[in-house]
Amino acid sequence: MQNLKLREKIEEMSGVSVLKCMRCGKCSATCPNYDEMEFHPHQFVYFVEKGEIDKLANSKSIYTCLSCMACVERCPRQVEPAKIIEAVKLLQIRKQGNNHLKPEQVSVSLDPELPAQALTSAFRKYSK
Amino acid sequence: MQVENKTFKPTIVAFCCNWCSYAGADLAGSARLSYPAEVKIIRIPCSCRLNPMFILKAFQRGADGVILCGCHPGDCHYTTGNYYARRRMTTLFSMLNYLGIEKERTRVEWVSAAEGAKFSAVMNDFVATITALGENKKLEDLRCKK
Amino acid sequence: MKKIGVFVCWCGSNIAATVDVKAVVEACKKEPNVVFAEDYQYICSEIGQNKMADAIRDYKLDGVVICSCSPRMHEATFRKTAEKAGLNPYMIEVANIREQCSWIHKDIEEGTEKAIVLARTAIAKVLLNAPLQAGESKVTKRALVIGGGIAGIQSALDIADAGFEVDIVEKKPSIGGKMSQLDKTFPTLDCSACILTPKMVDVSAHEKINIFAYSEVEAVSGFVGNFTAKIRQKARYVDTAKCTGCRACMEKCPSKKSLNEFNAGLDTRPAIYIPFAQAVPNKATIDPNACIKLKTGKCGICSKVCTAGAIDYEQKDQIIEREYGAIVVATGYNIINLDKFNELGYSDCKDVITSLEFERLTNAAGPTKGHLICPSDGREPKKIVFVQCVGSRGLRPCDKQYCSKICCMYTAKHAMLLREKHPETEVYVFYIDVRTPGKNYDEFYRRAVEQYGVHYIKGQVGKVIEKDGHLEVQASDLLADEQLHIDADLVVLAAAIEADDTARKIGTMLTASMDTNDFFTEAHAKLKPVESPTAGIFLSGMCQGPKDIPDTVAQAGAAAVKVIGLLSKDTLKCNACVASPNENMCNGCSLCATVCPYGAITYVDKEFRIPGGVQVRRVSQVNEAICQGCGACTVACMSGAMDLKGFTNKEIMAEVESICK
Repeated sequence: MQNLKLREKIEEMSGVSVLKCMRCGKCSATCPNYDEMEFHPHQFVYFVEKGEIDKLANSKSIYTCLSCMACVERCPRQVEPAKIIEAVKLLQIRKQGNNHLKPEQVSVSLDPELPAQALTSAFRKYSK
Repeated sequence: MQVENKTFKPTIVAFCCNWCSYAGADLAGSARLSYPAEVKIIRIPCSCRLNPMFILKAFQRGADGVILCGCHPGDCHYTTGNYYARRRMTTLFSMLNYLGIEKERTRVEWVSAAEGAKFSAVMNDFVATITALGENKKLEDLRCKK
Repeated sequence: MKKIGVFVCWCGSNIAATVDVKAVVEACKKEPNVVFAEDYQYICSEIGQNKMADAIRDYKLDGVVICSCSPRMHEATFRKTAEKAGLNPYMIEVANIREQCSWIHKDIEEGTEKAIVLARTAIAKVLLNAPLQAGESKVTKRALVIGGGIAGIQSALDIADAGFEVDIVEKKPSIGGKMSQLDKTFPTLDCSACILTPKMVDVSAHEKINIFAYSEVEAVSGFVGNFTAKIRQKARYVDTAKCTGCRACMEKCPSKKSLNEFNAGLDTRPAIYIPFAQAVPNKATIDPNACIKLKTGKCGICSKVCTAGAIDYEQKDQIIEREYGAIVVATGYNIINLDKFNELGYSDCKDVITSLEFERLTNAAGPTKGHLICPSDGREPKKIVFVQCVGSRGLRPCDKQYCSKICCMYTAKHAMLLREKHPETEVYVFYIDVRTPGKNYDEFYRRAVEQYGVHYIKGQVGKVIEKDGHLEVQASDLLADEQLHIDADLVVLAAAIEADDTARKIGTMLTASMDTNDFFTEAHAKLKPVESPTAGIFLSGMCQGPKDIPDTVAQAGAAAVKVIGLLSKDTLKCNACVASPNENMCNGCSLCATVCPYGAITYVDKEFRIPGGVQVRRVSQVNEAICQGCGACTVACMSGAMDLKGFTNKEIMAEVESICK
């Protein structure tokens, strides 16, 4: 039980109670981007429950999450893993200079097919 | 004022439902968990038997605090009695508040037959609260004074 | 003037150590109306009781106060002694000076002072006590069992074997319930029909049992020992007295497109039908929604082929009114509707089925004669995925919060039977937890894994989609931390169970309390598991909560014993401390009736003599046989007409005054 304070913070930010989880694994069963992720939705919930937020925050998985909300939709216990991922992402971004992607890198990886809304929402996640 | 408070012994009426709280009080007794002697218990079949009039009467006759103990919500022997009691007391307490009776003078607590320790703790706390508040004068009917 | 006697008990040193018993006696003697006060070491002992009885006789006491242990301990003892000595038992009051005084206070002065107040309070109450008489009511020696599944059958048989008449009301054309649809039963794997049908035959042959099949309970009135039920016997359009069950009509009926409920809708049946081979009663029923003759007036083939002349298109519903002493609720369960679980594809893919459908598909009497096939194209499935906890243990609106209890075991059974019959099939079971408490249950599940090679995977299925005639199952394997993609032929969902949809209606009818899931609540979760809080109503089987067949049969037997215990009495003694309205004050507002949790209060129009004539007023009336004496009505009553005997407003007010003196 590493950092329960941080767990409370994540729970507050996401509005999710991780203790509701019954560890059924439906989130990971539903996830369409499962194979691209180092940690999987059910692990997100479990790590937060254990207070091991750092493990999550430093993983690329939080940026690989598509935010498709399939796990939120299907979770029988209303734990809503994607919201936890979103909260961890925010926690990371709120720290100065912790952006996953530098604004100058964006043009390199920019796909012309990318919807403009994705770009806008991506920029919302940068601090400075 | 200080001196007066030290000798002040409040009169406290506790209404306990027969099935849970009265048994809880008995358990507190058999476990020798003491609480002040100022607490006097009246046995009623269910917390829903408590007519708000009884509380008013107690205040009128010089009680300093009144507490109602019943089964935990959902555990009522009569299925729904304590829900009625909860509603009635909420209404009564807001009325008492309106009349200027300190809201700490009345209380509802859920004590099960297994919670002797809780009963004792609740009574200790309640007596301490009432002792700190001092004598009840607002509703007292002076004609009832000896 | 009332004469009151007071006894102060020492309880050895339990009371005497912290309460000056003599001082209490002296203080009591000074109270008004007290003509006698005495202390004794142990009043509950025989000598103590004799002393009490003597005092009652010698001093002609009208009331007795005993300062002793908690009334929960010895009130009954003292009341009995009083009754023997000729004093009404309700003229006894106990002042609790042990548990609520001597045991919690260490200072003798403090303890004595409090004991005197408690004694004074009890004296104040007993002065206002009135002698009470517990009422009596007669018991009708017949039981009603609502529901004809295994629970109802077992309860009925047990009650009838004890010599009491029993009526079973079953809404379907045949008794048997869900158990009749099952193939094998865990953990012994006996064939369900082989153990159930003999019981069904016993029921139909039992001279004390009367079956009202294809009937529903319409209304119930009355109270414990004296219920009256209205039973609607729905029109079968077949004279059951003449029908021989030959099934000639079923063969010739031209309307054969109705879904066969007994086979979980996997095949069709004719409009005139007997649900299954061993049906009890073995009589045909016409489905009015499918029958051409009833819908259009043209056809009548069944009446032509019926050699017994049993067909009667003019038959009407019949209402039967019967009296009962006790009612057993055995309304059973259903599996939930899976339409909302579209990720599992139940409504879209034919090869995604429920466990109940699987039962019928593997049953030798089922639509495929026990030959397991994929419902979509009839091929034999090679890879089968079982999904557990579908709709159980969830918090979404489509979910049930509880564990359905039986799914772990029946899925192990299905998987095991599959591997035994078709060793070449691959069987996967996706589980969250495997819950198999029960005698020989965990061993059974382990056998499925170890002996039969069923693949148990900790994880859930996230998605099932149909692709090229196969089912693509996307699932998680939590222990391997993998996402699996299985190409399955058949997916079997262990759907959550829910209370039968008629349960709520019946619960309301009986004023029997239910939980938010429409399961009936028991009077006490541990100590009264088969009684409803409403007297005279007993619970049997799934209507009280999820349970398997062994538990159901055990509970059905327990409910039967309670019914037998009730019916073996000629009269019932009622609670003496009941509510009683003062008719002169009652304004007929019905508030008391709305708060009564037992439905004990009714209203009657009564004539009252007033100056210059007679006035008819609506006043409340308490049925003393039903009232449990909670007192909710006394507070709800705005005119102050309702009071509770034994705990009257005046008595409690006197107690309050005495304490605050």
